[in-house]
Amino acid sequence: MRTAAPIAALLLAFGVAGLVIAILGKSPVAAFHVYVIGSLSDAWAIQELMVKAAPLIMIAIGLSYCFRANLWNIGAEGQFVIGGLFGGWLAITFHGSDWTYVWPIMLLVGAVAGACYALIPAFLKVRFGANEILTSLMLVNIGQLFLDYMVRGQLRDPRGMNFPQSVAFDPSATLPTIWGSDRVHLGFIFALVAVVLTMIVGGRSIFGYRLRLTGDAPKAAQFAGFSSKTTTLLAFAISGSLAGLAGVCEVSGQIGQLQPTISPGYGFTAVTVAFLGRLHPVGIVLSGLVLALVMIGGENAQIMLKLPLDLTTAFQGLLLLFVLSADAVVSYQFRFVMGGRRR
Amino acid sequence: MSARVGDRDGAVPDLPLVELRGISKKYGDLLANDGIDLAIRKGEIHALLGENGAGKSTLVKILYGIVGPSDGEILWEGRPVVMTTPVKARALGIGMVFQHFSLFDDLSVAENIAVALGKDWSLQAVRSEIGKISANYGLALEPERKVWTLSAGERQRIEIVRCLLQNPKILILDEPTSVLTPQEAERLFETLERLAADGCAILFISHRLEEVRRICRHATILRLGRVVATLDPRGSSAKDIAAMMVGSEVGDIASRKHEPAGEILHVRDLELAPETIHEKALQRISLKVRGGEIVGIAGVAGNGQSEFFSALSGERLSQRDMVVIGGEHCGDVGIAARRTLGGAFVPEERLGHAAAPNYPLSDNTLISHHTAGDIVRNGFILKEAAEKLSQQIIQQFDVRVPRPDPEARTLSGGNLQKFVIGREIISKPKLLIVDQPTWGVDAGAAQMIRQALVNLAAEGSAILVISQDLDELFEIADRIAVIHDGRLSVALPTAEWTREAIGLEMMGVGQKDLFDAA
Repeated sequence: MRTAAPIAALLLAFGVAGLVIAILGKSPVAAFHVYVIGSLSDAWAIQELMVKAAPLIMIAIGLSYCFRANLWNIGAEGQFVIGGLFGGWLAITFHGSDWTYVWPIMLLVGAVAGACYALIPAFLKVRFGANEILTSLMLVNIGQLFLDYMVRGQLRDPRGMNFPQSVAFDPSATLPTIWGSDRVHLGFIFALVAVVLTMIVGGRSIFGYRLRLTGDAPKAAQFAGFSSKTTTLLAFAISGSLAGLAGVCEVSGQIGQLQPTISPGYGFTAVTVAFLGRLHPVGIVLSGLVLALVMIGGENAQIMLKLPLDLTTAFQGLLLLFVLSADAVVSYQFRFVMGGRRR
Repeated sequence: MSARVGDRDGAVPDLPLVELRGISKKYGDLLANDGIDLAIRKGEIHALLGENGAGKSTLVKILYGIVGPSDGEILWEGRPVVMTTPVKARALGIGMVFQHFSLFDDLSVAENIAVALGKDWSLQAVRSEIGKISANYGLALEPERKVWTLSAGERQRIEIVRCLLQNPKILILDEPTSVLTPQEAERLFETLERLAADGCAILFISHRLEEVRRICRHATILRLGRVVATLDPRGSSAKDIAAMMVGSEVGDIASRKHEPAGEILHVRDLELAPETIHEKALQRISLKVRGGEIVGIAGVAGNGQSEFFSALSGERLSQRDMVVIGGEHCGDVGIAARRTLGGAFVPEERLGHAAAPNYPLSDNTLISHHTAGDIVRNGFILKEAAEKLSQQIIQQFDVRVPRPDPEARTLSGGNLQKFVIGREIISKPKLLIVDQPTWGVDAGAAQMIRQALVNLAAEGSAILVISQDLDELFEIADRIAVIHDGRLSVALPTAEWTREAIGLEMMGVGQKDLFDAA
């Protein structure tokens, strides 16, 4: 039943989207073809899929640490951006230098930056009881605007003809690609490593137990001696570091420079990925691929069928709604009472 | 038989006021009630006795209209009725005081009562009636107090007054004295006797035999959903009645001979400020518990027991010198460190606090054993070791399980409690602190648990038992202290206490100046 719920949600979301597409006057079948089949049609398309899926998977894995413990990190988008910003900053600082391996340090810096940025809402929660949903969400705006500010100002390429972008990164500051591909960079491997590590930690370690217990029975977690404050800080730090790492990978491997925006909403889509994958590492890989497919499909559909890109965003929203509702329907028994006696 | 509308001031009718005939209730495969016959007359105080799980609550829910029976009928004043809802039951004149209260925490006493009474009552009328009944029956209540500020005993009074305001013909009380001091219980009995004299029948659900024998002249004993006896409780000994409830002899606790050894727990002027408005401040609590002895903490719920437990377990931190375990000052360290010092703890709430409801028992062993080193190594859980430990506990403490490694919430209260206590005892702790060891636990399991505590003490451990059950404390404790309003009395040897004296201390009006001497 529990695995059926996400699949049912997915089908339902597709169904509703199909309905909307029909109302817009296009053929749902043609749309399905473009969204799904077209995105898997050739090797190049598969590569695109992996490129888009990697950050989704990495961020969602990080989010699963928080969500398991009932900590609602909704600011992964901001942590992604900050990670990319600080990693990129390092690249710009070392631009033109002799170092061959700038990118490993960039990755480290990005991860640490993401972790620190995530520790802000964590600290506010631990110290003041501030709701982490609100604080982490608000920090997204701050992060994005800070990036924008830096790219237009201090980090702008002086020879870039006043365009708001940084210098293109040196090869030493560019994440290498893998498997002879032009597009798929190491970020994908890192994502898989994160998945494997999380499978080990989540299932068998006392830390994974601690996270689960904190989410499922907080008083018991306290009784077990797991300080909820420490748990909060650790979970957010891990989540932020993975989001920040994803940010650096994107900036270094995919974009190759800093721009005013560096994320098509990965941090938010990752929330859906995490829940669709039921917070389980393997599930997250699958749902990451599904949502990457949807994102690419949306771009293609816009070009080929003139379907608005907003439809993709709406679809993702619907999907999250259905996934969470499916959980409720599966876990509880609904009974409609017409008044009178209950048996 | 001609039906006669029951009248309150006429001659005593030969008809029972309410009669249950052949009542059965099936929940899937479980037969909660099996062909039960019960008759109660006007002005009768009737006890419904049975262990947890015997079917008492189900029967009463049927009578009160909360659930419908699978079979059988209810006769009210001679006429068959169908209790569709509690509204109908109340309209007939049935009032019920539940064990678990249905009160709105954010509203005041008067508002909670008014909510149940309907439109003809104005809030002002409710307030004055509350005042009258309070005075009349000794059920002290302040109409304007918000319910969340009240203790369990005070909340129960609201429930009782709420019923009384509707002039019931029969009043059902579910385990009413579990939250009362002996004196308060005595007042309740006087109230009930007065009500009965006025013609109101009382159905009194309890497992406390002495109380039942004090005020009831009729008792129906249920076991596994069936009536096993209907008798006058005064005509039988408590032991015989207990045997009928359990179905076999309930043994006495085998006492042990020992000499108390060195001091293991030393609480010194413990002070703890409340974290929320719902909590009680602890003020200068001092206590010593030696190896081999059992010290009991008596008190009405809501006087600081949970806060005291948290301060001792390390879930709440105080100051370094305030708690000393095995000679180590540990008031400022958490529960994991205190476990390493040899402390073991069992909180009041089994599901959610002592154990995670949705986790299997093997996972639940981790909660207190993950620091011990036997089932966790290098940060990784040794699953087989945890399962083995869980099986050991299940066997040693007679935990009845539906499957080899069931989820905690699938166990009955008594069995889960045996597991939770067994989980601590199995590591032979130097110090064991238990909060409400047998709350909501059937007689057999309760006896087993108390024996386990006594045995542990005989092996040299120091045991602190916080309990609202005075009988329990008198049975197993060597010394008893009373907690009231966040302060602890001196712990006197059990032999020096009388129930009356303890009751007075529990209410804070003791004659001995025991709270300052500590």
